[in-house]
Amino acid sequence: MPPVLFWNNPMLAQQLVNGLLLGATYALFALGFTLMFGVLRVINLVYGFYFSAGAFLALGLTHLGFGIWSALPVAAIGAGALAIVLDWLLLARLRRRQAPELASLMVTLGGVLALYAGATAILSPDIRRLPAELIASSAYVVGGVRITASQILILLATGVLVTALVGLMRATRLGLAIRAMAEKPDAAGLMGIDTARLAALVSFLSGALAGAGGVLIGLNFNAIQPYMGEEMMLRGFVVIIVGGLGNIEGAPVAGLLLGFIEVLTAGYVSSGLKDAVGFAILVLVLWTRPQGLFGRATAERA
Amino acid sequence: MNRRHFAAALAGLFGAATLPALAQAQTVPVGAIEILTGPAAAYGIAIKSGLELALAEINQKGVLGGRKIALTVEDSAGDKNQAINAARTLIGRDHVVSIIGPTLSTEMFAVGPVTNGRKIPTIGTSTTADGITAIGPYIFRTSLPESDVVPVTFKKAQARGVKTIALMYANDDAFSKSGYEVMKKSAEKLGLKIVATESFGTKDTDFSAQLTKIKALKPDAVGISALVEPVSGVLLQARQLGFDSHTLFIGGNGSNSPKLGQIAGKAADGLLVGSPWFIAKPDAANQAFVAAFKAKYDKDPDQFAAQAYDTMHILAAAIDRAGAADPAKITAALAKTSYTGVMGPFTFTPGRDPASTAGVVVLEMKDGAFHIAN
Repeated sequence: MPPVLFWNNPMLAQQLVNGLLLGATYALFALGFTLMFGVLRVINLVYGFYFSAGAFLALGLTHLGFGIWSALPVAAIGAGALAIVLDWLLLARLRRRQAPELASLMVTLGGVLALYAGATAILSPDIRRLPAELIASSAYVVGGVRITASQILILLATGVLVTALVGLMRATRLGLAIRAMAEKPDAAGLMGIDTARLAALVSFLSGALAGAGGVLIGLNFNAIQPYMGEEMMLRGFVVIIVGGLGNIEGAPVAGLLLGFIEVLTAGYVSSGLKDAVGFAILVLVLWTRPQGLFGRATAERA
Repeated sequence: MNRRHFAAALAGLFGAATLPALAQAQTVPVGAIEILTGPAAAYGIAIKSGLELALAEINQKGVLGGRKIALTVEDSAGDKNQAINAARTLIGRDHVVSIIGPTLSTEMFAVGPVTNGRKIPTIGTSTTADGITAIGPYIFRTSLPESDVVPVTFKKAQARGVKTIALMYANDDAFSKSGYEVMKKSAEKLGLKIVATESFGTKDTDFSAQLTKIKALKPDAVGISALVEPVSGVLLQARQLGFDSHTLFIGGNGSNSPKLGQIAGKAADGLLVGSPWFIAKPDAANQAFVAAFKAKYDKDPDQFAAQAYDTMHILAAAIDRAGAADPAKITAALAKTSYTGVMGPFTFTPGRDPASTAGVVVLEMKDGAFHIAN
């Protein structure tokens, strides 16, 4: 019997594509989350709400006649603006008073639960979807493997956003300032960096990334509802922890890894073990590398 | 809830000590525990709407010679512990004589032992898992268990030539899991060959791995036991992955919601589901209910609202026949229920389950809406 490899096994090929897509979804979600943590040093649980907000903004915009190409950036900017406002309301005050990290965590927990419940009360918990005619729904078939336009869009967007963010952080003065602030906020302030403005900018960027993720993932899975961000958060945590908290290159790799593991476990072992394997890997990574796969070994701040 | 708060505020004017006496003389306290917040809130809100529509009709005349029923609806948020707390609050604070709900079978398996222990008659309107009424002699249900509905649907599928079937279910929810057991038993009994069994989580949005595996096995039908949100997701992704109309999708009770068509659209076309109720049932009682529901809430009722509506009427009639706002007497009266509502003729079995399956209709999804299947 010849070895079963993906070019002569359409089912394995499809499963690998499924894994790639699911992984890209996780990576897209985690990108802004890890940026926010890396720079602002707060596990901001409101992040999931920006994801939901982006999807709902796009939903509203498409009802006003916007197409996907105009609704996507506008919804992302809207979610980013929301992130600035919520960061200012919930966290700026605590940052100024140098409150313990646990206090910030609890504020975002309380804040996000209030936001989800409020959004559910106003928008109803019903699942909605973006108009079906927004993007072609028929699949492209290549060598027995099927992929739809919205899935290709997710792959492209994830690639573009990861590259752009890494470029921004590594190759611009702004990125240098952000990294300086991530490293030592006090010292960065003394060197003339306006840390409050930079915090707002980072909030905007991560909110916008979350919002864009919400639109694209909502478009692909056709399941937009107020709690959609909350349901991504658990996977988001796994991805940013395995990727190394705050590590922008690590999150996409960890996202893809989790996607492949989940799909291959469900496809070839047992669908009932999918979550068990995914979360067992989280435990295993933290056992062997508490700083995550791509994190730095030393504590970055005393 | 507003009514109760108003009554409490009024009673407060006369001093706190007179509150229990006054409230008891005027109203019969009844509780309900439903999911009003969180991802599954749609079910609880539909049920609450059905209950409150019936309550408004009942309170025009009142029960026990003109006393009004005061309904307190507590939110369980789909959480077992919160549901138990809600039951304790309703019994301890509100002194309810009966409890309707909770929404999910999982919650009932947690709440039932508590309310049964306190001898408060508890009526599930949406709990279709096996073993619900076995919790104890105070636990009733008005929803037909899946084990009565699914075989009717599977027979219809077999008549259309289905010989092999793959089963999918949500493995984190008692309702979905028990529906799967029923599907498995029904398939075995009818001689259908089960070629694959795949599970997923109720809150999952990606089912591609499971569906890719099933597609390679080419079954005649795929049976899905889950709530409507994941079922919609499964159907949408199945079409993306190239399942065509040659594969017959069969839903459990969770698929029986107009929301399936709203979310999944054309992707749901052809799906079969058995239903104890259908909005287009032509009888006068049903049409009057549908019209009243639309007038009050500006949307179509679903099966959950219909079951809740009948249950509120069944309970009110039992309170009336019991002759007193006394849980033990109401329990005895409930067992002797003989009522014709929007679900058709209704009596309880000695095991406190619905007795008749004559009303089951098999529905087929077409262009985003259910029609009676031929």
